[in-house]
Amino acid sequence: MVDRAIALSQLWQRWTNRVMQRPEVGSVAAASLLFIFFSIASRGAMVEGSTLARIFDTAWPYGIMAVAVGLLMIGGEYDLSAGVMVATAGTAIGIMAVEWGLNLWLAALLSLFICLALGAWNGMMVVRTGLPSFVITLGTFFGLRGANVALSKHFTGDALIENLDEAAGFDSLHAVLATAFGTPPEDFRVSVLWWAGFTIIISWVLWRTKIGNWIFAAGGDPAAARANGVPVSAIKISLFMLTATAAWFVGISNAVRYTSVQAGQGVGDEFFFIIAAVVGGCRMAGGYGSIVGPSIGALIWGIAFIGIPQAGWNSDWRWAFLGVLLLVATLINHYVGQRAPSEHGD
Amino acid sequence: MAEPEPQAEPAEPAEPAAPTPILEVSDLGVRFEQVTALEHVSVDIYPGEVTCVVGHNGAGKSVFIKALCGLNHPSSGHVKLDGEQVSLDSPRRARALGIFAVHQDLALIPLLSLWRNFFLGAEPVHGWGIFSEFDAHYARTTLIAEMAKLGVDIGDPDRTARTLSGGERQAVAIARALHHGARILVLDEPTTALGVQQAGTVLRLIRRTAERGTAILLVSPRLEHTYPVGDRFLVFQRGHLAADLRKEEVTRDELSEMLSGGGERHEIEAALLSE
Repeated sequence: MVDRAIALSQLWQRWTNRVMQRPEVGSVAAASLLFIFFSIASRGAMVEGSTLARIFDTAWPYGIMAVAVGLLMIGGEYDLSAGVMVATAGTAIGIMAVEWGLNLWLAALLSLFICLALGAWNGMMVVRTGLPSFVITLGTFFGLRGANVALSKHFTGDALIENLDEAAGFDSLHAVLATAFGTPPEDFRVSVLWWAGFTIIISWVLWRTKIGNWIFAAGGDPAAARANGVPVSAIKISLFMLTATAAWFVGISNAVRYTSVQAGQGVGDEFFFIIAAVVGGCRMAGGYGSIVGPSIGALIWGIAFIGIPQAGWNSDWRWAFLGVLLLVATLINHYVGQRAPSEHGD
Repeated sequence: MAEPEPQAEPAEPAEPAAPTPILEVSDLGVRFEQVTALEHVSVDIYPGEVTCVVGHNGAGKSVFIKALCGLNHPSSGHVKLDGEQVSLDSPRRARALGIFAVHQDLALIPLLSLWRNFFLGAEPVHGWGIFSEFDAHYARTTLIAEMAKLGVDIGDPDRTARTLSGGERQAVAIARALHHGARILVLDEPTTALGVQQAGTVLRLIRRTAERGTAILLVSPRLEHTYPVGDRFLVFQRGHLAADLRKEEVTRDELSEMLSGGGERHEIEAALLSE
């Protein structure tokens, strides 16, 4: 009996250790606590269907981007151009469909090629030059920030492209990317399902496939990874292209949903993606993290974004909240990261 | 973690050193631009033996080792494996032939779990096409089994490599090389960064690995580590193989004398005294 009790307690300890060591455990706890806090502070308004719908509707674009940016961060790189690349995708599909009269599906495909090329450019430059991706993608950020607006004005005469719903193929593309379920104001967009699916697939790739193993290795110690035969350069370029694909998806989804595109949007969003990834437990220096974590990180942003005005506070506090959240999450990750080896008696 | 217990696994019967060499090196030379780094090295390596490669920095011992691992290209000579001539032009090729190197710092990725490290770059998969998964169960059980073969209880396979002690790290790297088909194992200064106890563990492991029939090339500047486990000593001096001695033919002090300058030093001392 005693033996069995000891064995059970050891099993329990091992299980709790394993759960507590998961990278996303902090973000899940934070999301739960924040939701409970704002539910009380808003006197129950948080748990109404319409509020939940708004939380998810705020979170999904950040969620999709944070998943890709988080995977890139685990692979050891950043992408500061991810925010404006969303606008690039929207501007491109807008110009091609509205101004040139292309079918929206074809415009979406061509827009994807543009984004993939930009992602490949980011990746190749980082791999070839050996410069920090922070610098390379900052260059891309400014390049796109200028090009989005300049090209939009050049082709349409305005930084705002409208009437995408008059283009051919709108109904079918809208059905795929922006259908709503439920009756307003309790309506959920299909985008939330895309976000969930994307999270599940990328999480599976990271944890269950050999590519995932290579991503961890490429971010953790590129020299050792190369010595073991991991194609580090190819992995990094692919991760930049995946981030560009996510930006494309969010960009065209918003374009068909709102039937208009602001060429100047997206500036500053890259920081939200990075914050969501870090809050979700991704290590800033690479080699460690999760995919569910960044998704939860984006959900935290949705909870705070909707919760702060619901609680009756000035919505400008959102930004201050974001700053505190980033600092606290990074400190916790740093603390946990330092503790981990000593737990095993290193 | 746990030190390997000698009684944890019955010692396998030591295979007698086979009379045929696994690797025959003849007249090997390496040149970099105008500099001759290695010349006229001819030596046979036998399975089941620990062959220690000793010498000063710049004496040519790492040039020799790197040539065998496919990291630099010999300018002369040839190498035979199992009696057949082979060209060792890349680390990948050397590995395919069963020659594995364990480097001090490039062995394991610190933040990666042990089972992920153990199969990095050679992941076992199950499933079909793009749905094929890294077989984690196989990886975990194989890691534990391979470590047990070396008499090491590695504990939780999900712990990260940075939680390992220096000795355990070497043990995992050696077990990994053996699992992936190492017949000739090159260990580059495996005990240099270790304390006495950890070094002892690793040296015992090296001995045990040799007894299972692997040919081991041990590079280390520390004679107090290499002499007890070595069967043979290749002494490199100024790009030449200066001596090839079996343990019976040389004492530790004689080897030490050779390494600290040997005859040259006596000449200098004699010259100084005669002044």
